[in-house]
Amino acid sequence: MEKNNWPLWEIFVRSRSGLHHKHVGSLHAADAAMAIENARDVYTRRNEGVSLWVVESQHITASNPSEGEALFDPANDKVYRHPTFYDLPDGIGHM
Amino acid sequence: MNPPTPLFSYILRQADNVLILGQRLSEWCGHGPILEQDIALTNFALDLIGQARSLYQYAAEVEGKGRSEDDLAYLRDGFDFYNVLLVELPKGDFGHTMTRQFFFDAYNYYFYQQLQKSSDPTLAAIAEKSIKEVTYHLRYSSEWMIRLGDGTEESHRRMQTAVDALWAYTGELYTPDAIDQELLAAGIAVDLGRLQQHWQQRVREILTAATLDIPTETWMQKGGKQGRHTEHLGYVLAEMQYLQRTYPNSEW
Repeated sequence: MEKNNWPLWEIFVRSRSGLHHKHVGSLHAADAAMAIENARDVYTRRNEGVSLWVVESQHITASNPSEGEALFDPANDKVYRHPTFYDLPDGIGHM
Repeated sequence: MNPPTPLFSYILRQADNVLILGQRLSEWCGHGPILEQDIALTNFALDLIGQARSLYQYAAEVEGKGRSEDDLAYLRDGFDFYNVLLVELPKGDFGHTMTRQFFFDAYNYYFYQQLQKSSDPTLAAIAEKSIKEVTYHLRYSSEWMIRLGDGTEESHRRMQTAVDALWAYTGELYTPDAIDQELLAAGIAVDLGRLQQHWQQRVREILTAATLDIPTETWMQKGGKQGRHTEHLGYVLAEMQYLQRTYPNSEW
């Protein structure tokens, strides 16, 4: 760890039980415990959440924007992958 | 004028503790070592000032002389404040602030823990609400004690200096006087003897983990609970009360 630069952490907040954790932003902290505390103070002080995940930013592998076409464009013309073509039974609420 | 009742004084002591420490912590607003700690410290300041509000409201009600929470916070002079000396001392560096915070948080945690069982239902309710905040404060300041005490050579040195400088102000936290004893007998007040045991155990545990020496000095400062303060309180009050004194009855 650099002396004057704490590593960056990505913060995920679950807003209520049953929902998934959602990325809310990032912050600096010296270790995971401090990242949790900082996240509590920075991102949940207005009642935003019931659970926190923190992960050091360097451990996230991101897709390369220059490969965007190859990765994502092929899905453009495959509308049949959306479930809107199928008749849903009335009993199913949220799809 | 009749002297204040023991209950009124007892409530004011804790109210003044948390108000003055909240005011001291708010000095870090915009000056924290990094953004995240800046926000954390001002969160704590607001937690403490919120606790002070509940206590002042109740104190005003107990007194029954038509004074409000604002009157109690902004229109009393230094000798009518009953906070312990520890909370009025200047903030010092971040390590000094954290050490003071840890000493006070450990007190505050065990204080509210016991106060939840007070025979006074309002005090018990305030304690029940406050202890959640204070549990987090204590966890936070404990971790900073360990992190900085067991950190670099410089952080260790600064933490030991702070511990040594503040130690003589910790005895007042758990030394009972006549008011404490009278209200303890009535089932209202916290048993400071028991609090002392818990406090010392927790402090020993954390300072040991932080590789810091526990001072052997046993002479302790006192006087705050009786209204005898250090010179520092006057400066805190001057800043805190300036607006209300200069523009009486002004409101947000």
